[in-house]
Amino acid sequence: MTATNFGFSVVDELPVGRTLTYLEAIKEALTEEMRLDESVCVLGEDVGGDFGGAFKVTHGLAAEFGNARVRNTPLCEQAFVGAATGMALMGLRPVVEMQFADFITSAFDSIVQFAATTHYRWGGAVPWVIRAPSDGGISSGPFHSQNPEAWFIHTPGLKVVAPATPADAKGLLVSAIRDPNPVIYFEAKPLYRSVRGEVPANGHVVPLGSASIARSGGDISIITYGVQVHQALEAAELLADEGIDVEVIDLRSLKPLDWDAIRTSVIKTGKVLVVHSANRLAGFGAEITAQIAEELFDDLDAAPRRMGAPDTPVPFSPPLERAYRPDAASIEMAARNLARA
Amino acid sequence: MSELRTAQRLQLYYWMSLTRAFDDRMVAMWKQGRGVGGTFSQRGHEAVSVGAATALADDDVVAPLHRDLGSYLVRGLSPERVFSNLLGKADGVTRGRDANLHGMGDLSLGIIGFVSHIGLSMPVALGAAMAFQQRNERRAALTFIGDGGSSTGVWHETLNMAAVVAAPLVVIVENNQYAYSTPLNEQMAITDIADRAAGYGMPGIVVDGNDVEAVHHVTSAALDRARGGGGPTLIEAKTMRMLGHAIHDGAEYVPAELLERWKKRDPLAVYRARLTADGVGDDELRWHDDRAKSVVDAAVKHAEAAPLPDPSKLLDGVYAQ
Repeated sequence: MTATNFGFSVVDELPVGRTLTYLEAIKEALTEEMRLDESVCVLGEDVGGDFGGAFKVTHGLAAEFGNARVRNTPLCEQAFVGAATGMALMGLRPVVEMQFADFITSAFDSIVQFAATTHYRWGGAVPWVIRAPSDGGISSGPFHSQNPEAWFIHTPGLKVVAPATPADAKGLLVSAIRDPNPVIYFEAKPLYRSVRGEVPANGHVVPLGSASIARSGGDISIITYGVQVHQALEAAELLADEGIDVEVIDLRSLKPLDWDAIRTSVIKTGKVLVVHSANRLAGFGAEITAQIAEELFDDLDAAPRRMGAPDTPVPFSPPLERAYRPDAASIEMAARNLARA
Repeated sequence: MSELRTAQRLQLYYWMSLTRAFDDRMVAMWKQGRGVGGTFSQRGHEAVSVGAATALADDDVVAPLHRDLGSYLVRGLSPERVFSNLLGKADGVTRGRDANLHGMGDLSLGIIGFVSHIGLSMPVALGAAMAFQQRNERRAALTFIGDGGSSTGVWHETLNMAAVVAAPLVVIVENNQYAYSTPLNEQMAITDIADRAAGYGMPGIVVDGNDVEAVHHVTSAALDRARGGGGPTLIEAKTMRMLGHAIHDGAEYVPAELLERWKKRDPLAVYRARLTADGVGDDELRWHDDRAKSVVDAAVKHAEAAPLPDPSKLLDGVYAQ
C-alpha cells in the first residue's frame, strides 16, 4: 500500500516474524490489550473507521473491535480527554490518541487540573493513556514537532514515558494501559518506520520506572530517551574509535524515574551528559542534572552537562531545524569535550 | 408526567430544608470566623440541586458543582463527611485534600468531584455517559454548569460531542443571573441559554429553577430519554444566587430590588406554601425542618471534634496503586 500521511506509508498487516517497526509495535500493544481486556478502548481524532489515524497507528482496530470501542471524536481535545477521564472513572481503560503531541496543550486543563489531581483529592482512579506523537527532525514546523514532556513531569499525579525501541514501545504501552493512573505516552514519530527491532509476541511488559542500559561503557554516561537514544548510540560508536567508552542510559520512563540506574551509571563513569530533543531551558535534563549535583557531587569528575534545543519555537526549514536539534554529531562533540574535561 | 405522592413531596421538602439548614449554619460559622478558608453558599439553588438529584436512579452518576450541596446530600454523602470536608478534617470527603465543597467525589455513591476550572466536569460526565453507552448499560450521567461556565470553550466542545455520539447525558445550566459580579447581559447576547441547544441538535428546556417539582419532572424525563438511547438534553434552570459568589463577597453589585423580587420566590418558602395549600399540616413540615436542623447540629458537632489530617500522610494518594 502506498497511501501516505505526513510522508509515512500505511501499514496494513503485521509482518511474519518478530521484527517490527516502532509503529507496528505500538499497534500490536493496542491490539493485544484490546483482545485481552474489553475495557480497553481507543478514542481521538480520525482514529476510527477505515482511516485509522493520521499516522495509521490505529488502522484496522475499528474493523476488529467495532466503532463503539474505537471512537472517532470531533476536533475537541479538552472534551475528549475529559471524556476519557469520565470513562476511566467508570472502569474503562481508554487510550486517547493526540494527533500530534503539540495539540496536547488544547487539553491541558482536562489533563493537569482534572485527571492528574483526582486520585489525590478524592480517590478516583483515572487509568487512561494519552498517546502523543512527538519530536521532529522531519520539517514538520513549529506545531507538529514539539516535545512537551516537561510540563507533564512537572504535574503531580501523572506518569510519563518515552520509548526509544520497538520492544519498549510495546512493553511500555502495555504497562501504561494496565496502570491505574493517567499516563502520557510520548511516541517518537520520527521512529515510527525508521526503527525496527525484535519484539516479543505476547504479554511483553516493560515496567514503568525502569531504565535500560542501551550501551554499556565506562568513561562517560549519556542519559537520554526517545529519538536521542539513537543519536547517542551513533555518537558512542564514533567515539569508541577514539577510545572513549560511552555508556548510554535509555530512561524509557521519565516519571517515575529510575534513579538507581542513573546513580549506578554516574558512580561508574563520573561524567554525565543529559540529552533530549526538548528545549534545554527548564527541560527535564535540568532536573536530572540537579539531582545528580545534589546527591552524587562527590562521585563526579566534571560538572554535569545538558544538551537540548535552544529557547526558540521549532523551526521549519531543514538547515534551521538541523541547527536546532541535538544530533549524533553535536552529541559526539559534547561527549568528547566532556571526556577530555 | 406522573404525579408525586405526598411521601415523595415531603422527601423533596426535607432535602431542601436540610440543604438550607446546612448552608445557613455554614454561612453563620464562617462569619463567626469558625470556618477554614473560603466557602460557597448555594442559597437559592435548593430546588435545582434537590429536584435534579432526586431524579437520578441509584446507578446513574452525577457531577455536581459548588452550588449543588443538595445533590451531594441526596446522593448519600453524609452531612458529617461534608462538614468535615469544609473544616479540612481527616474524615472529610477529601481527607483534607480539597477545599470547601470542591472535590467531593465518591464513586460508591455515583458522585464525581469537581475542580475550580468550571466547565471541566462537563466532558467527564460525558465520558461516564459514553462508558455506559459502550457497555450497553441503561444508565445516565447528570452534570451542572452555571451561566458563567456556559461561556467556556469546553461547554461547546462537550455539548457538541455529546449530541454527535447521542450520549446519555443531561446538563443542567443553573442560570443564577451572575458569574461572580458579572451580570448576564455582559456574559451573553441571548435571553435563554437553553436556546443554544438547537445549535447542537439536542432539546433545550427552560424550567423554573425555584420550583423543585418542575426541576424534578424535567430532569426525570431527560434522564429517561437518555437511558433509552434518545441522547442528551440541555436544561436551563432559572434561579438566583441569593448571597455572594463566595463567603467573603457581599455582592453589593446586585441591585437590592432584584434580590427582593427573587426573595418572594424563595424555593423553600414557595414549596412550603404549596404543600400547605395542598393540605400538608404545618406540624409535619416543622417536623421535617426540626429533623434537618438536628442533623446539621450533629454534623457540625462531629466535624468540629474530628481530627485534622496527619501531616506525615501529605504524600499519600497522589497515585492509585
